[in-house]
Amino acid sequence: MADKLNFTLVSPERELMSRDVDQVDIPGSEGWMGVLANHSPLMTTLAPGMVRIRDGSDEKRIFVRGGFAEISPTGLTVLAEEAMPAEELNAEKIAQAIKNAEEDVADAETDEKKLAAQQALDSLKELQAAL
Amino acid sequence: MPSLKDLKNRISSVKSTQKITKAKQMVAAAKLRRAEERAKEARPYTQRMEAVLANLASLAEGNPNAPQLLAGTGKDETHLLIVATADKGLCGGFNSSIVRLARERITKLQGEGKKVKIVAVGRKADDMLKRIYGDLIVWKTNFMEVRQIGFGEAHDIAGEVLKRFDGEEFDVATLFYGKFKNVVTQEPTAQQIIPAEAPEGVEPPDLKGAVYEYEPDEEDILRELLPRYVAVQIFRALLENVASEQAASMTAMDNATRNAGEMIDQLTLQYNRARQAQITKELIEIISGAEAL
Repeated sequence: MADKLNFTLVSPERELMSRDVDQVDIPGSEGWMGVLANHSPLMTTLAPGMVRIRDGSDEKRIFVRGGFAEISPTGLTVLAEEAMPAEELNAEKIAQAIKNAEEDVADAETDEKKLAAQQALDSLKELQAAL
Repeated sequence: MPSLKDLKNRISSVKSTQKITKAKQMVAAAKLRRAEERAKEARPYTQRMEAVLANLASLAEGNPNAPQLLAGTGKDETHLLIVATADKGLCGGFNSSIVRLARERITKLQGEGKKVKIVAVGRKADDMLKRIYGDLIVWKTNFMEVRQIGFGEAHDIAGEVLKRFDGEEFDVATLFYGKFKNVVTQEPTAQQIIPAEAPEGVEPPDLKGAVYEYEPDEEDILRELLPRYVAVQIFRALLENVASEQAASMTAMDNATRNAGEMIDQLTLQYNRARQAQITKELIEIISGAEAL
């Protein structure tokens, strides 16, 4: 059995998960990445999306919006601005999030911000389609 | 000498006051437990955030392009004081001790010829500061309509503060709040949040020779991280404030209940004496009336 990855997911309001798992897929701002144990140190910002946590045959999904992931020799830490387990998600909440994202796109002052907001919106729409 | 009826009225009035303070104390105790729990739940995020920031801050040191939120504007002219108190009273000296600390700082800064601006968070901060420093308050907010303070509220305050920072309205921001030490002690605390002070006592992890990779690059991450760090600090202060407020309120109400109890005992004693004196007087009247016959 390969080494386990020490994984922690925290949002400002609570710690959602802290345990050893096999693999975690995170939505980095520059692309998806799968993190296994003994990954090289890395820090990335996150795009909105599902964090997939795999442990044996067990798979958990947690939706995160904004934040950071830090991989250090001690494990992976995801600092999410907002986090919600997939079970707690429902169409209504996503619709609300999409509405907010659309406002962000409309309000964005610079092209750069507009692009980021648009990306967030797209990922939410994808999520809505997936449910 | 108050009449028997007066005494009776006073006793019943003190008794009903005691009922209120007792109820308020129990409510505060229940709320305190929840507030403490929330403050505890928020701690892992803050700690991780501090570790990440400490890690990045060492990289940005001496870098001329370091973000202003970390390096400062290079000036020390205008100070923004964010004074966070509770919205309600009945919590002993909790609000006034925070405001006093802020006031001392204002006097000191003004004595040094610096400009001071105030953001009042919580109704009591506004109430107590507006009399003397009304013209210094640039923005105020309170949580009268918020049932439970969440990260969203902290985010909004941080947004306002950062907007003003970007508009070059101030150079240094300090946050005033009541730090929750334990149920009996709450310490009014001043903490500088802009420019961010790298947290002390946080060791960067041992990388065993490996080098961090950054996606995108360090500066972008830092630029994203710092505004969030400000929000997180404010969030933590708000949570600590809620816990401190409830603890202070519990202690104050406990004292009030005890005082009311003492007062009732005293008044009851006085009442009984007066009653007996009256009975004795009546007896004397009857006896001397009988003797006269």
